[in-house]
Amino acid sequence: MEVQRKGMFSSVMSWVDKRLPLTENLERHLTKHPVPKKVNFFYIFGALLMVIFMVQVVTGIWLMMFYTNTEEGAFASVEYIMRDVEYGWLMRYMHSTGASAFFFLMYFHMFRGLLYGSYQKPKELVWLFGCFLLFLLMAEGFLGYVLPWGQMSYWAANVILSLFGAIPFIGPDLQVWIQGDYVLSGATLSRFFALHVVVVPLLMIALVVFHIFALHEVGAGNPEGVNIEKYRDESGMPLDGAPFHPYKTLSALPAIGVFFIVFFGIVFFAPEGGGYFLEKPNFEEANFLKTPEHIAPVWYYAPFYSILRAITFGIPFLGITSKFLGFIIFAGSIAILFVIPWLDRSKVQSIRYKGVYSKIGMVVFAVSFITLGYLGTKPVNEMRTLLAQICTLLYFLPLILMPIYTKYEKTLEVPERL
Amino acid sequence: MSEKIDSTRRKALQITSGALGAVTVGAFAVPFLSAWNPSEKAKAMGAAVKFNLSKLQPGSMAVVEWRRTPIFVVHQTKTAKTNLPKLNQKVTNPALEEGVSRSTNENFTILKGVCTHLSCAPKYYPEIEPKAWDQEWLGGFFCPCHGSKFDLAGRVYKGVPAPTNLEVPPHSFEGETLVIGEEI
Repeated sequence: MEVQRKGMFSSVMSWVDKRLPLTENLERHLTKHPVPKKVNFFYIFGALLMVIFMVQVVTGIWLMMFYTNTEEGAFASVEYIMRDVEYGWLMRYMHSTGASAFFFLMYFHMFRGLLYGSYQKPKELVWLFGCFLLFLLMAEGFLGYVLPWGQMSYWAANVILSLFGAIPFIGPDLQVWIQGDYVLSGATLSRFFALHVVVVPLLMIALVVFHIFALHEVGAGNPEGVNIEKYRDESGMPLDGAPFHPYKTLSALPAIGVFFIVFFGIVFFAPEGGGYFLEKPNFEEANFLKTPEHIAPVWYYAPFYSILRAITFGIPFLGITSKFLGFIIFAGSIAILFVIPWLDRSKVQSIRYKGVYSKIGMVVFAVSFITLGYLGTKPVNEMRTLLAQICTLLYFLPLILMPIYTKYEKTLEVPERL
Repeated sequence: MSEKIDSTRRKALQITSGALGAVTVGAFAVPFLSAWNPSEKAKAMGAAVKFNLSKLQPGSMAVVEWRRTPIFVVHQTKTAKTNLPKLNQKVTNPALEEGVSRSTNENFTILKGVCTHLSCAPKYYPEIEPKAWDQEWLGGFFCPCHGSKFDLAGRVYKGVPAPTNLEVPPHSFEGETLVIGEEI
C-alpha cells in the first residue's frame, strides 16, 4: 500500500515504506489498531507493565555500569552505588521498587485475564506467552535478588537451589552444576549476573513481542466478553471499537501519571517497603556460616513459597521426600496457570455472565492466593502450616474443578453489542 | 535448472542435513554446558581434605575446614564411649545404626560444626561436670546462640531448638589419616 503525503517527512516516510513496511505496521499495531470502546480499569495493567519493563531495563543498564559481579566485590559495589555514585540510590531504589511493581501489575493483569476470560479461544497463545512471561519474571527476580550478595540473597538462593538438589537421582549433581561449585559461591553469582542482565531479559523482550503480536491478531477483549469484530462500519472499523491512537494512548497517560505518583512515593519515602521490598538481613553481607533467624521471601514470591512449605509430607513408598513433593506442588501451582484455557469450558468469556460457581471459584482462588501470600512472609508454626495446607488445596480446587462447573453451570445471555 | 524435482533425493538430503545439523548443535552444546561445571579452582577447593590423626589426643577436638564449612574431628575417650549409650534416652534420634561414635572408626567422631537449628557454631565442652545448661552433663556440644545441646557424637538432646543431629560429612580412614569429603 502506498501512502500519499506531502513535505519532507512524508517523502522520507514513503521512501522507507517502499523498502520496509513501516507505516503499514505502525498503523496495524499502534495507531489504527482497533480496541474495544468500553473497558474498565483492569485493562490498564498491560500498558503499565510495558512502562515498568522499560524502567527496569534503563535503571538496570545504569546499575550494571557500577556493579561488580564477584563474591568479593558485589556487596561493596552496591554500597558504592548507594553512597558514592550520584543518584545511584535512585537507580537502585527504582530498580528494586520496580521489581515489586512489576509483580503487582503482573498479578492484577493476570487476574483481569481470569475474570474476563482473556485466555479463551482464540486467545490461548496470548495467555500462554503471558504465563511464560510470569515464569521468566519470577526467574529474573530471583536471579536479581542474589546479586547484592547480602545475607538474604545468599540464604534464600540456598533454599531455592537446594530444591533442585531434592530431585531424585540427578538432584545433587544438578545443584552442583547450577552452582558451579559445591557450595553457593562467587561462581554462582557471576553466572546469575549473566542470566539476569542478558539471557532472561532477551527472552522476555521476545515474549512480549509475541504476546502483543498474538493479541493484535485476535483482538483485545473487554469486560463484557463481547466480540467487537462482528459489527463494522464501511471503513472496516468495528462499531464498538476505536483506534488505539489517540483513544487508548491518551486514556493511558493519566493512569501512567497516577502509577508514577505511587511508584515514586515508594521510591522516595519507603523504598524498603517495611522490609517486604528490601529485607533487613540483606543489609548484611553474605556469610556462609551464619543463617539468618528467619528466611522469608520477598512478598511477591510469598504465595508460592507458602505452597512449598505447606507440603510437610512425602510419598515414602515412591521414594518421594516431602521436600521434593513440595517442589512438585510448587512448580504445579505455576504450571496449572498455563492450561487454564483448556480447563474453562464455559460458553461465555466474562465473569459477569458466568454462573455462580465460577464466581465462587474466583473468590476462593483470590482469597487463598492472598492468604498464602500473608503466610509466606511469616515464620511457620502448626496453625499456619495447617492453614497454608488448606489454602494450597483451595488454590488448586477452583482450577482443577473448572472443566466440570464451567460446563454445567447456568450462564447469562451475552449482549450483541458493547 | 532441471525440469523435474527428485523428491526422494531431496527428502534424503533434508534428513541427512537435518541430522548433521542436530549433531553439530549437540556437539557444540557440550563445551557450553560443561563450562557450568565446577572449575578446576572450585574443584581444588571442594576436594577431599586430609588430616593426620596421630597427634590428636583422646578427649581433644580439631577443627578442619572443608568446603567452607568447619568440620569437628573428636578423638573419643574410653569414658566417652561408655557414656554415650547412656544418653540414648535423652536424645531425639539415637542413631543406633551409626554406631557409638557415628563413624566407621569408633575412636573418632567427624561432624559438621554447624548447628542444625540456625547454623551457629556449637562449642565443645568435653568435661563431665554440672553445667549451667545441664546438671548431668556428660560432655558434648552446646550452641551458645539458642541453647541447643548435642552429645559427644553430635546427637541432639530432646527439648532444644535444633531439630536434627549434627551432620556427619562423608569421610574415610586411611590408617592414621582421616579423609574428609569424596574423590571428585
